[in-house]
Amino acid sequence: MELINALVAVTNYVIIPATAYGAQLALGALGVTLIYSILRFSNFAHGDTMAFGTGVVILITWGFQAMGISFGPLPTALLALPFGIVITSALMLGTDKVVYQYYRKVRAAPVVMVMVSVGVMFVMNALTRFLIGVDQINFDDGTRFVINARQWRDMTGLSEPLTLRSTQVITVVTAIITVAALFWFLGKTRTGKSMRAFSDNEDLALLSGIDPNKVVAVTWIITGALATIAGTLYGLDKSFKAFTYFQLLLPIFASAIVGGIGNPVGAIAGGFVISFSEVGLTYAWKKVATYLIPNWEPDGLVQLLSTDYKYAVSFTILILVLIFKPTGLFKGKIV
Amino acid sequence: MSSNRQAGETSRLRAPLFFAIMAALILLEGFTSGWNSALGILNMGLLSAIMALGVNMQWGYAGLFNAGAMGFLALGGLAPVLISMPPTPGAFSGGGPGIMAAFFVAIVAVLAAVWIWRNLRGKTRGLAVTAVLIVGFFTYRWLFDPAVEVIEAINPSAQGNLGGLGLPTLISWPVGAVLAAGAAWLVGKTALGLRSDYLAIATLGIAEIIVAILKNEQWLDRGVLNVNGIPRPWPVPYEIDLQNSPDFVAQMQSWGFDPQLGSTIVVKLAFLVLFVIVILALIWLTEMSLKSPWGRMMRAIRDNEISAAAMGKNVTRRHLQIFVLGSAVIGLAGAMMISLDGQMTPTSYNPLRYTFLILVMVIVGGSGNNWGSILGGVLIWYVWVKAGDWGPDIMGALAAPFPDGGFKDHLIQSAPHMRMLVMGIILLMVLRFSPRGLLPEK
Repeated sequence: MELINALVAVTNYVIIPATAYGAQLALGALGVTLIYSILRFSNFAHGDTMAFGTGVVILITWGFQAMGISFGPLPTALLALPFGIVITSALMLGTDKVVYQYYRKVRAAPVVMVMVSVGVMFVMNALTRFLIGVDQINFDDGTRFVINARQWRDMTGLSEPLTLRSTQVITVVTAIITVAALFWFLGKTRTGKSMRAFSDNEDLALLSGIDPNKVVAVTWIITGALATIAGTLYGLDKSFKAFTYFQLLLPIFASAIVGGIGNPVGAIAGGFVISFSEVGLTYAWKKVATYLIPNWEPDGLVQLLSTDYKYAVSFTILILVLIFKPTGLFKGKIV
Repeated sequence: MSSNRQAGETSRLRAPLFFAIMAALILLEGFTSGWNSALGILNMGLLSAIMALGVNMQWGYAGLFNAGAMGFLALGGLAPVLISMPPTPGAFSGGGPGIMAAFFVAIVAVLAAVWIWRNLRGKTRGLAVTAVLIVGFFTYRWLFDPAVEVIEAINPSAQGNLGGLGLPTLISWPVGAVLAAGAAWLVGKTALGLRSDYLAIATLGIAEIIVAILKNEQWLDRGVLNVNGIPRPWPVPYEIDLQNSPDFVAQMQSWGFDPQLGSTIVVKLAFLVLFVIVILALIWLTEMSLKSPWGRMMRAIRDNEISAAAMGKNVTRRHLQIFVLGSAVIGLAGAMMISLDGQMTPTSYNPLRYTFLILVMVIVGGSGNNWGSILGGVLIWYVWVKAGDWGPDIMGALAAPFPDGGFKDHLIQSAPHMRMLVMGIILLMVLRFSPRGLLPEK
């Protein structure tokens, strides 16, 4: 019994939240990794792209709600998501035309591209703030829980509660659909294959008649879509605040690098490595410990690190990987 | 930029002209909004210029992208707290030994782990390292937690931290530089020599962590409770002392000045003098070192790492050197900023202001040119401050044609974000059309 309670507590406080967060990070890291492997630079504007996409989705959600359109038990934001993706991808294409295209033409060094993405980051940051402000916004509606604490107790009779929020289920389901679609696209379609060829060997790809402009454009569209989906899922699950998305940059980069930058499978694995470490190391294990070890009441919270140090966890993992396995857990590209 | 930087012919009048424009802007601010405001902008602009000098050493002279200036700045800001604040009675005797023992254990554990990693082979290596680190961590926490509790229990409404050494503030400035240099050495040791973007990401991370530590470790710097009343550096007087001094009041009145206003201006001027001395010293040092063989080697490495390495230059080692030196300058600026503010507020460190805005200063001023960093620092800080003032006016004009209501209110409310947009556009424009900045490297 005690063992089951301990398992329930771990599921409730670690496994479920870390899975949802990991899926969000993975989608973010996929965007970073795609830009890296096709355009060959680390995009510092990615966090703000996520914020912008989410801001658009929130505005459209509000529009739908005002018109009385709802998605039944699901959040209205899911209906608004496709529109958000279209607008964000259009912005990405516009940014590429106005800003990045020139640097590709002059073959600028990657570090210059990174600097340029900092400029884009400032502008996107301002756009998002103009669009939706700096306040914290909760925009999830529909059914809040798949399982709430009382249902769980009635179902199982266990004293330890378990809750499963609908946003967590939606996150995981949407992430699985998105990733499946992305891998199908990269693996089966002509454009996807040419993107992979371009990423493996640019010169060879150009020789075999692949149109680089098309590859770049499709990359930006997919990045816009991934960023909007990741941002919206994160916002539904927690809440939307423009500045939080900027701070997500570190765990997202860490996920991409830990998995092996340039490798999509690695980005997903990295997202979960980072999220489970973050949640696991900052969770107060006192409850689980009391269940598992009879007649022992720990003095403290049995928390390895205070929650405020969650960025320290991603950073430490990042550094360890950089030292011991610079190409990441899965073989990524290192230039 | 780091790949195609050629020295071009630029007019000799270019630098004096831009500095004249900068001076005119400050004077204009003085005549229109008062000298307090003008000197305030100038002082903070000069501090930003010192930060920009540090970043310029890294980006302009070595092509290293440090995305964590905020962290080194914040760490430098810890120095005045630890050096010049009065000691907290009982804190060091109560918690000091425990904390020092904890850090000793931590260092020993890390060194032991490194030793095992280097000297053992096979499967046991990973296990042994993990075991050492886990045991080390729990021993550390076992020693550390009670010591912290003792310190934080001492008069928590005003102190609750370790307190300082009560030494003069001027001493804390070089100490700030040393603290930042130490952190930079640790980061550089691990992240330099990897791909260029990785340094940016690693520094981004360390900056977040340093600020998180300053926010949460109350025993060290009171965390979010802030440390107030940090003593001013030596020649800078306090306004209240000046106002109570009959000589000063008489002098001011004989010049027809309001003594109260006069005292605030004298204080700002005193800071200004200190800052200018530090800047001139830094420029002299950097210019001298760049003219030396060492400086030629640095530029050779920046312009072509591969050929410099082929000629036997240890690129990673030189990069580490310049990264540590640049970060030390940023740490110095951090310590100076805290003594100008008179308080340490860890929550005020924002990466957009203290990391990315400084990059804008360096690039706009002209990366690789020290005078450019000074110009960029003051000029961009001026634009940043003024964009906050002009934003509402511009937005008001833009919003005027729209009918009153939610949309118009929204536009006017979002005016303060104009400065982000302005900075982003300035950075993108300079990178695109004038990548060598206002004052190109000679």
